[in-house]
Amino acid sequence: MMQIRIQKNLEGPSGPMLLDLDLNIEKGQFLTLYGPSGAGKTSTLQMISGLMRPDHGTIYFDGQPWVDISKNIHIKPQLRKVGYVFQDYALFPNMTVKQNLVFALSKNSSSKSIMDIMDIMEIGNLQSRKPDTLSGGQRQRVAIARALVQQPQLLLLDEPFAALDLKIRLRLQDYLGEVHRTYGLTTILISHDIGEIHKLSNRVVSLEQGKIAKQGTPSEVFVGHNLSGKFKFKGEVLHIEKNEVVYIVSVLIHNEVVKVIAQGSEIENLEIGDAVMVASKAFNPIIYKIQ
Amino acid sequence: MSWEPLILTFKLALVTTLILFVVSLPLAHWLAYSKSRIKPVIETLVSMPLVLPPTVLGFYFLIAFSPNNSFGEWLQEVVGVQLVFSFPGLVLASLIYSLPFMVHPIQSGLAGVPGSLRDAAFVMGKSRFQTLIKVLLPTIKPSLLTGLVLSFAHTVGEFGVVLMIGGNIPGKTKVASIAIYDEVEALNYGTANFYSLILFGCTFFILLMVYLINGGYLKKLGR
Repeated sequence: MMQIRIQKNLEGPSGPMLLDLDLNIEKGQFLTLYGPSGAGKTSTLQMISGLMRPDHGTIYFDGQPWVDISKNIHIKPQLRKVGYVFQDYALFPNMTVKQNLVFALSKNSSSKSIMDIMDIMEIGNLQSRKPDTLSGGQRQRVAIARALVQQPQLLLLDEPFAALDLKIRLRLQDYLGEVHRTYGLTTILISHDIGEIHKLSNRVVSLEQGKIAKQGTPSEVFVGHNLSGKFKFKGEVLHIEKNEVVYIVSVLIHNEVVKVIAQGSEIENLEIGDAVMVASKAFNPIIYKIQ
Repeated sequence: MSWEPLILTFKLALVTTLILFVVSLPLAHWLAYSKSRIKPVIETLVSMPLVLPPTVLGFYFLIAFSPNNSFGEWLQEVVGVQLVFSFPGLVLASLIYSLPFMVHPIQSGLAGVPGSLRDAAFVMGKSRFQTLIKVLLPTIKPSLLTGLVLSFAHTVGEFGVVLMIGGNIPGKTKVASIAIYDEVEALNYGTANFYSLILFGCTFFILLMVYLINGGYLKKLGR
């Protein structure tokens, strides 16, 4: 559905860098761009949306040329109808939540879809509030809702959850997965969070210095990264309780709360809210099917 | 003692401010977002009236618009405006003279708006113009207010340019600042004091309102 072959000279963190991409994206795919900052991830989204012009190359969407530099074709972002969720949310501060969504509505579409989207993202009760009175998680929900109001076929998200704490991030990942399926979107996400990538995407493209270093399913790309056969999960400390000689630490891993027994020495510098790794070395885990 | 110079002053300031607002919006928009090579030159020209003695500006206007040379003659014969020693001439000179006071606040206001707001409006299919009117201008209201008020106050306070190009014709070009000078020369301190006090009070009040509104003090009082 989408063929991207683009080149662009960029100023990377360590001097000039050539962003050189060759990507085919299938309809309905949930693709994640992964890689260190300055690898060219945001520039890629900007060129797909038309906010940045590549130096060379082509972008075809559903057979339509969006970019063909050799023929001097560069369709304006206004005409590409792409949903874009910005890293800083980019909510219009002069408008209420509802007005932000109405502004995104194209001329001939009905406002009924706004109500549906507000229901799905659970922001109906915020509709007359201004963005500066909302929390980070609420703003992010509004930003995603606003991108959906445009009824895009393609949804681009630039590290949408990076600034949020773990619990809210997990909730929002669920929302995002749900809208991706409900609206049959093709989604491109920038993320650094391997857990998030596993949970949401079916394809990962890992960028380094403007080039594709690895691509495939999340398990293929991150083999050796955290799927070493050991049990190792990232979580957040919710609660620490003394129980006779040991301590019981409640840890939130994704949306499950796990209790881990710990020695006094282990909890010495642990505090509630700390990000921790829960790992097991010597045991062979049991695996069984649920339902 | 007459109200005429004061009325003329405020009429000049009002007309100048309104025209400047319309002219400065596209100019400031261009300056805030353009990457053109001639941008530094345009920025310099816009800022020149800040440092140039007003008499220099007035002198060149006088030369350029004088009916004794071909351009001034063309203006008078073909276009039918006389810019020297007339109200339209005062307005034109004031536009140039107060330009930076309108352009700079709007330009820096626009430059301070996160780029993602513009980008977001663009991907939603909004044109540059719609984005400016619906998103950017409402976001930079304090800068607009500052630009409007500073231009108004600065035009009220001009003297050199007005004297050079407008002269001192009662009812046409004799604004308050010139009337004060005139009255002092004639040793009518009472009348000079009357004009001065009113200007002093008005400018104090106008600037005070800007700081109250932009500082959010009025909102606090309302609570």
